[in-house]
Amino acid sequence: MNMRAQEGRAGVALISPTLVITLVVVVLPLLWAIMLAFQDVRLINIRQAGLFGHYTLENFSYVMSEPGFWSALVNTLVYTVAGTALSIAIGLVTALALRDRFRGRTLVRASVLIPYVAPVVAVAFLWETMLNPQYGIVNTWLSEPIAFLTQAKGEFLGIEVPVALLTVIAFEAWRYFPFAFLFILARLQALPAELDEAAVVDGATPTQRFRYVIMPQLWRIIALLSVLRFVFTFTKFDDVYLLTGGGAGTEVVSVRVYNFLTARDDIGASAAQAIVLAVFLVVFLVVYLRFFAGGTREQG
Amino acid sequence: MSRDRFERRLFAVLRPLVIAFLFLITAFPFLYMLMLSVRDIQELILEPGSLWPRDFTLDTYVDVLTRQGFLIFLRNSAIVAVASVAVTLLISIPGAYAVARLRFFGRRQVHFLFLAVYLFPAIVLAIPLFVLLTMLGLRGSLVGLILVYIAQTVPVTVYMLRNYFETVPRSVEEAAAIDGCTRLSTIWRVVLPLSKPALMATGLYAFMIAWNEFLFALLFLVERRESWTVSLGLSQLAGSIEIPTTVLMAGSVVLTLPIVIVFFASERLLTQGLTAGAEKG
Repeated sequence: MNMRAQEGRAGVALISPTLVITLVVVVLPLLWAIMLAFQDVRLINIRQAGLFGHYTLENFSYVMSEPGFWSALVNTLVYTVAGTALSIAIGLVTALALRDRFRGRTLVRASVLIPYVAPVVAVAFLWETMLNPQYGIVNTWLSEPIAFLTQAKGEFLGIEVPVALLTVIAFEAWRYFPFAFLFILARLQALPAELDEAAVVDGATPTQRFRYVIMPQLWRIIALLSVLRFVFTFTKFDDVYLLTGGGAGTEVVSVRVYNFLTARDDIGASAAQAIVLAVFLVVFLVVYLRFFAGGTREQG
Repeated sequence: MSRDRFERRLFAVLRPLVIAFLFLITAFPFLYMLMLSVRDIQELILEPGSLWPRDFTLDTYVDVLTRQGFLIFLRNSAIVAVASVAVTLLISIPGAYAVARLRFFGRRQVHFLFLAVYLFPAIVLAIPLFVLLTMLGLRGSLVGLILVYIAQTVPVTVYMLRNYFETVPRSVEEAAAIDGCTRLSTIWRVVLPLSKPALMATGLYAFMIAWNEFLFALLFLVERRESWTVSLGLSQLAGSIEIPTTVLMAGSVVLTLPIVIVFFASERLLTQGLTAGAEKG
């Protein structure tokens, strides 16, 4: 046996544990989830639903004919777009503010990372407590207590606003801006200092330097962050479920998937919704990438 | 005043304000968590606006750890996290070495698979795994949960480790081979000792996922209280009226503190690893 063939066999042998576990725990279950979406299955009759079971489109027509599904999809989109945009915007401001040294930077930097490092269950409970209308600290600062997490609609400066949905979005921005901050700061610190210095010599003001020197070098990382945050937030379950349980106008599709699976015990409809959610995710991503690819071509 | 001077002065004022604001919104909630965990519930209801407890008490911690069962939850979380880290490393070290060094059939496609798993929504995966574990009667056992955590972390850790292994000079490995090392003993004696920082970062990543995860713990373990992890325990007890909020705050501290300590003990390693491998969250 020659060296090359031996190398190939060793490679396959060393990678195979990785492949086996991803295949068994991710790829095969995914295929099964797709099959389940096309069958009428509940936990009680699951043993009868085999590979050659009765396939039908009923789950999809049932799920998509429910008005709750479409409002959940709209909520998901609003929550995702706003959460992604806010977390990246705050992350960018944080990275710019913490870029240069100052006394206590290590402490502030550590503090800023905690919301992202801390377990979601703990921070969701913390927010619930702080926003509690009876004894929450935030409501003691307000003239009139606001039920941030249980009130679907409220008035702010005469405009009707979705209170709970906005609160959930604020939570999302607070929890994930450190993620954007880490990426953007890493990029900022890798930028060559000469460009900025040259701009100073040329008499560019701080905002001009930001607009014409720094931002053009950050667009790629911001685009990448947008995709990552969009993908993760669009199918996110924990945050909304823990904060509101999907009530008060905050129901997102992933929470519906969970409720169909556990409370209604309707596996087929649950899987169908999850598949539709994934398809919408892919569609939005393709649209975004098209749009973005077109944008860069115009610039370059 | 010129525009340049105006802007410089403006930012000289704005920057400290922004920094103070960021510090406030991140540090204050956690200080509040700590303060609430060491006071009596009566005091909170009477004076919800006060920040400093009148009487410090640690009874909340005693209550949450013993009566509410958080000691058992801590043990479960520790088992799940440590097992996930150990097996993840055991699987991803050879995998990462193969991708970094060896030419084999399908090496390019492997990257695509990893990216797909990394971006793949957990909620889709939750359905078949929930059904499968129900059929096998494995709901309530920690083994199923550990398997899922490993499968979710391995693609990312292989990627993180591969990036590091590629920086190990080939010549060192060749020297080891000439000295009579087999491939596995080269990995064990040469590559791994050189990759300690990357191994630490990878292990911490796996630990963080396993310690913080909620959805799968909820789906797999909710019916068996003895198997609850700390995250699941806190989320389940948070809904009950009988347990005072201050006791649950003590539970939140118990849940948050280990991961924060672990993170900052090795923060530099981890953030480098995170931005290289990009954490899923």
